[in-house]
Amino acid sequence: MALHIDETVAAEAGAGHADPPRGPQRRRRGTLRTWVEIVALAAIAVVMLFPVVWMLETSLKEGRDVYAVPAKILSFDVTLDHYKDVFVQRDGSGTSDLAVSFKNSIIVAGTSTLLATLLGVPAAWAYSRFRMKAKKDQLFFILSTRFMPPVVVVIPIFLMYRDLGLLNTKLGLILIYAAFNLPFTIWMMKGFVDEVPAEYEEAAMLDGYSRFEAFWRYTLPLLVPGIAATAVFALIFSWNEFVFAIFLTSSDSVRTAPPAIAGLIGGTTIDWGLVAASAMVFAAPVLLFAFLVRKHLVAGVTLGAVRR
Amino acid sequence: MATTEIHAPAAPLTAPPAARRYRWLGERRLATLFVSPALALLLFLSIFPLLWALYLSFTNYSATRDTGASFVGLDNYIDILTSATVRQRAITTFVYVVGAVGLQTVLGFAIAYLISRRVRGRGALTTLFLVPMMLSPVVVGLFWRFMLDTQFGVVNSLLGSLGFGQVEWLTKQRTALLSLILVDTWQWTPFIMLIALAGLTAVPKYLYEAASIDRASEWFRFRHITLPLVWPLLLIAVMFRAIEAFRLFDLVYILTSGGPGVSTETLSFHVYKVAFLGFDTGVASAYGILMVLVVIVLAQFYLRYLEKLRSS
Repeated sequence: MALHIDETVAAEAGAGHADPPRGPQRRRRGTLRTWVEIVALAAIAVVMLFPVVWMLETSLKEGRDVYAVPAKILSFDVTLDHYKDVFVQRDGSGTSDLAVSFKNSIIVAGTSTLLATLLGVPAAWAYSRFRMKAKKDQLFFILSTRFMPPVVVVIPIFLMYRDLGLLNTKLGLILIYAAFNLPFTIWMMKGFVDEVPAEYEEAAMLDGYSRFEAFWRYTLPLLVPGIAATAVFALIFSWNEFVFAIFLTSSDSVRTAPPAIAGLIGGTTIDWGLVAASAMVFAAPVLLFAFLVRKHLVAGVTLGAVRR
Repeated sequence: MATTEIHAPAAPLTAPPAARRYRWLGERRLATLFVSPALALLLFLSIFPLLWALYLSFTNYSATRDTGASFVGLDNYIDILTSATVRQRAITTFVYVVGAVGLQTVLGFAIAYLISRRVRGRGALTTLFLVPMMLSPVVVGLFWRFMLDTQFGVVNSLLGSLGFGQVEWLTKQRTALLSLILVDTWQWTPFIMLIALAGLTAVPKYLYEAASIDRASEWFRFRHITLPLVWPLLLIAVMFRAIEAFRLFDLVYILTSGGPGVSTETLSFHVYKVAFLGFDTGVASAYGILMVLVVIVLAQFYLRYLEKLRSS
C-alpha cells in the first residue's frame, strides 16, 4: 500500500467534482497510475493462473516434452494419452484404479452431502425460528467442531472405526464427511433461513396449517436456492478432502480420488503427465461448481460465518 | 380445533382438510426432532472421539499392541511439553503460520484494493483469482511439487532463462519452509482477497464524496475511511486463516513430507508421525489434545469477535 502514497496525493485528490483546474500533468499522472494498476493486476493474474495453465499443458504433452529443459511453454505436441491413462488400464484391460477412485469419490461426496443436507437444513430452520436453551452456545459449539485438526480427530476415529468395522469402507468416509460438513451446512443454511421472514409461516399457521406444514409447504420451497448453494459447497469440501481419506481407507476399491492421485507420486519414477491429467480431471468439476455458486463464495468459504 | 370450525360458519375456512395434520408436532417437539439428529451425529463423530482421545492421553496405549493400556497419569503431557523436539516443531509451525498468513494478508488486501478501484471486469477478475483457493490441497501440492523440481521444474527453468542459478526449492533445509509458505500463499491469498473485497465494496460511497469535498488526500481517505471499515472483516479472515494454517497437514504431506530432515515438520505432521508411524497412540492423543486446546483458544477468539461484529 505504501507504494501508492506519493502518487496518490497528487493523482486522485481531484477525482471528485468541484476541483481547482487540473493541469495536464496531473491528468497524465492519473492515467499513468491507472495503467500501473492494470499492469500490476495482470501480472498477479498471470502468477495466480500460471500453475493451473502449466498443469493443463503438462497433461497434454508427450512424455519427453514433460521433462524438457528448458521448459517448453508454447511449442509442444498435443496428446490425449494421459487422459486415456486416467480412465483405462495401460494394457487395455478395463477401467483403471484411478477411474474406480473417481467413482468412489462421486459416491462418497454425493451421499455425505445428501446426509449433511438432510440433517442440517431442518436443524438450521429450528435454530433460526425457535427459542432454545443456550442457542448461541449450541451454534458456536457446532461451528467449533469444524475447527478441530483433522490429524488429531482421525486418531480416535481410526480406533473407533476399527472396532465398528467401518475402517476401509465407503460408509465410514460418508459418515465422517457428513459430520464434517454438518457445522457448515447448519451455519450457512441458518443465514438463508434468517432471510425468509417468519411472517410467512405465521400467516400459513393462521390459515390452519401446523408449524411443520408451514415449514414444509411455505419456507422450504423458498430455501431451495440456498440449499443448492450450500450443498455445492459441501460437495466441494468432501470432494477435496484428503486427511480422513488417506487414514481411513486403504484398498483401491474403496479409496477416493485425492489419496489415489497422491499415490501416483509414491513410486521411484513419477509419471507427471498422468499426475497432471488426473489432477485436471479431478479439479475440473470443482471449478465448474465453484463458478455456479460464486455469488455465495464469501459465506461459503467462511463456513457461513460472514455474509454480505 | 373442531370448535373453531363450528364457531366460524360465515367464512368458509380456506385451510384444506389436510391442515393440522402434524398438530402433535408442537414447537418444542419439532425443535427437538429437527435439531437432535444433527447433534447426535456431531456427538458421535466429533465429541465422543475427542473424549476417547482424552482418555487415551492418560495411558500408554499403542494401536498395534494387543495388550491393554495402563494408566500413566500425566506422563504423556509432561513428556510432550518438555520435549525439545516438540518445541522445535512448534517453532516451525509458528514461523509457517505467521509467514504464510502475514504474506497472504498483505497481498490479499493489496489485490482487493486494486480490484476495487477497477470498474470494468471486476467480476471476471475476482473469479479468475479465486481458482487456487477452490483446488484440493492434494492437487495444489502436486502442481507445485512438479513446478518446483530442481532439475526439470518450470520455476527453475524460468529463473534459468533470466540468468539465475538453480534453486533447490524443496530439497534444501533453508528453502523448503519458504517454499511451503509460498505455496500456501499462492493458494490462500484469494481467500483474504475475497473477504477484503467484500469489505471494500461495502464502504459507502458518500463517505468518499464527503472526504473529497473536504479535499482530503487519498492516503487520509485510505487511513481514516477504508481501513477502519474493512479492518473488522479482514481480522475475521486473518483469524480464520491462522486456525486453518495451524491445522495444516495435507500440503506438508504432499509437498515435502516434513523434509528435508525435519525442516518443514509442523505440529500436525509430527502428530501424524507419532500416531501412525510410531504407533505411540497414547502420546499422540495427548499431543492431539494439546493441539485441540490451542485451536479451541484460537477459535474462541475468533467466535467471540465474530459475535461482537454480528451484534453491532
